[in-house]
Amino acid sequence: MSTELVIDVKGLTKSFGPKRVVDHFDIQVPKGAIYGFLGPNGSGKTTTIRMLCGLLTPDEGEGTCLGFDVRKQADQIKEQVGYMTQKFSYYEDLSIRENLDFVARMYRLDRRRQRVDEALEHLGLADRQKQLAGSLSGGWKQRLALAACLLHDPKLLLLDEPTAGVDPKARRDFWDEIRRLSAQGVTVLVSTHYMDEAVQCDFITYIAYGKKLIDGPSALIPEMVGLETWRVSGPNLMGLEDRLLAEPGVEQVARFGTVLHVSGTDREALRATVERLKAEGTHDWSLQVAGLEEAFIYLMAGARDNFAGDGGKKVA
Amino acid sequence: MSGFFSIQRFGAVLYKEFIQMRRDRITFGMMIGLPIVQLFLFGFAINSDPRHLPTLVEVGDNGPLTRAVIAGMQNSTYFDFKGGVAGVGAGEEALRRGEANFVVVIPRDFERDVIRGRSPEILVAADASDPSATGGAVSALNGIVNVAIAETLTGPLAQQAAAPAFSMIVHREYNPEGKTSTNIVPGLLAIILSMTMVMITAIAIVKETERGTMEMLIATPVRPLEVMLGKILPYVFVGYVQTIVFLIAAQLVFGVPFEGSFWAFYLGFNLFVLVNLSLGFLISTAAKSQMQAMQLSFFTILPSILLSGFMFPFAGMPGWAQTLGQAVPATHFLRVVRMVMLKGGDVADVTRELWALAAILLVISGVAMLRYRQTLD
Repeated sequence: MSTELVIDVKGLTKSFGPKRVVDHFDIQVPKGAIYGFLGPNGSGKTTTIRMLCGLLTPDEGEGTCLGFDVRKQADQIKEQVGYMTQKFSYYEDLSIRENLDFVARMYRLDRRRQRVDEALEHLGLADRQKQLAGSLSGGWKQRLALAACLLHDPKLLLLDEPTAGVDPKARRDFWDEIRRLSAQGVTVLVSTHYMDEAVQCDFITYIAYGKKLIDGPSALIPEMVGLETWRVSGPNLMGLEDRLLAEPGVEQVARFGTVLHVSGTDREALRATVERLKAEGTHDWSLQVAGLEEAFIYLMAGARDNFAGDGGKKVA
Repeated sequence: MSGFFSIQRFGAVLYKEFIQMRRDRITFGMMIGLPIVQLFLFGFAINSDPRHLPTLVEVGDNGPLTRAVIAGMQNSTYFDFKGGVAGVGAGEEALRRGEANFVVVIPRDFERDVIRGRSPEILVAADASDPSATGGAVSALNGIVNVAIAETLTGPLAQQAAAPAFSMIVHREYNPEGKTSTNIVPGLLAIILSMTMVMITAIAIVKETERGTMEMLIATPVRPLEVMLGKILPYVFVGYVQTIVFLIAAQLVFGVPFEGSFWAFYLGFNLFVLVNLSLGFLISTAAKSQMQAMQLSFFTILPSILLSGFMFPFAGMPGWAQTLGQAVPATHFLRVVRMVMLKGGDVADVTRELWALAAILLVISGVAMLRYRQTLD
């Protein structure tokens, strides 16, 4: 991975009416990285992505995307960006081939026929190319959308919740493709809700209420969150879970199969509680290295839905 | 770097629009079928000079003169005698219930009074709740009765008939037979074009926003002008097809003449189509859904029907309504069509209307361009 920055923006701000959807957002994405963009519904992920590819004009802030000014050179950015919208946004009343052909013409690609043929072949849809896009299942629509936004060999892929409503097998295939592209030097910014997808990213940024809460290489995220996690096993975990949530220092209890992961950011308080319960001798306690998963549960639970009010204690 | 306008991208949008148009069978059928249906339906159905109106008669006298008057009314085809009534009360009841549009009361000793020169009165009670239904018949009545009297009273009695011998003379210029369809059919072209052109353009664009395809589209390097022209041009084509079908049907089925200059018509037609398309485009910049686009388009159609002079005489409207009517594009196109088709006008005769259409086009498309954005802001 080189140090060349594909996206370098500072202070991006966008309001719709009185609501500030994105609030002074900074991001720096190195070339070839897979950058995960996490956050609850309504936190401003889509708006940020739209500002990066020139679909929205930022109220404030500046920076470059692929070396072009995000405010003034949207047309140039569009030529080299592949943007996959959250909702399927190709023509349902056009066939698969017609859709690809249309996109190819929008970018005025040479060898159009050959490129479309290759894309169909790669998709495995060559024999169904005359089928209307509207008749495809969710997984196939997603693959078609990815193929369409890759037709012009973009240098940067912006994927807005690309795997929502797609089955696990298709999701795995999708991520294999993303990693393959990343290895070829394509930079990918992907927003997601899924933890198992977040772990696949090289970098992670977490946004809530339009503000960036955390940003860094995914390996460092647990440390940045500063969570201490204890692993508990033993009888009646359900009862223990309820009891633990009322104890001081316990901020999060997550169940993984037959064990509980008990976490908190206040080490002292959590340790005191753990010592007290350990003394009862009913369960086995051991200190655990906090992983990405706990960190995400913690972050995700922190602000469940930015359209609604915030909750109290966090349970995952 | 791509330039300001790419023929290739414009062509792609155009081609895509044609495919979509072809696949949407119902809308496509509507665009071509609707004008024909409307032409036949309204061309035949609307008649502002109705005849064969049900009439009841109360006869107080049954001499040859009375019979002549009744026969004369019947022969005029305005009146269909359904029978007699006894007394004014029964006649009024029949009017109220709508069984008859007219009740004719011929007074007792009518014939004798005519001969004695006492000018007796024939009472005709007309249901004027719909003045357009009975107006023609009423205005014709005077003449009918005079003719009947003149034909019956001969010899020495002829001078009695000559005394009140006046009749209303109505000149019906440009439409000598007074056929409503000659007036309605050219007007319908204006209405049908404004209806389909505005609505279809508005919907075609809003559909992209509603289905989310606009987001994909503007994320590509496509330019606004390419999208706009590519989406609008197919409907210009539809407008041409509609008009050709319409003109053929008007000529063959309704015998509506085309007296004037083709170029005057052609200029007016193209301007009018462009005005409607830009109006549709303007609506699409305001509407959030196809439903809203439909409703907004509908608001533009009512003034086209009611204020343009299509349905009601333009000169009959109060001053402020005429001013409003001047802003309605259909008003000017209607004048062009009537002037050219019926009065044999040429370009010089419709210059004012053409300028008016051009001015409206400039305003509407200017506002539409200002409102259209290539971002989702």
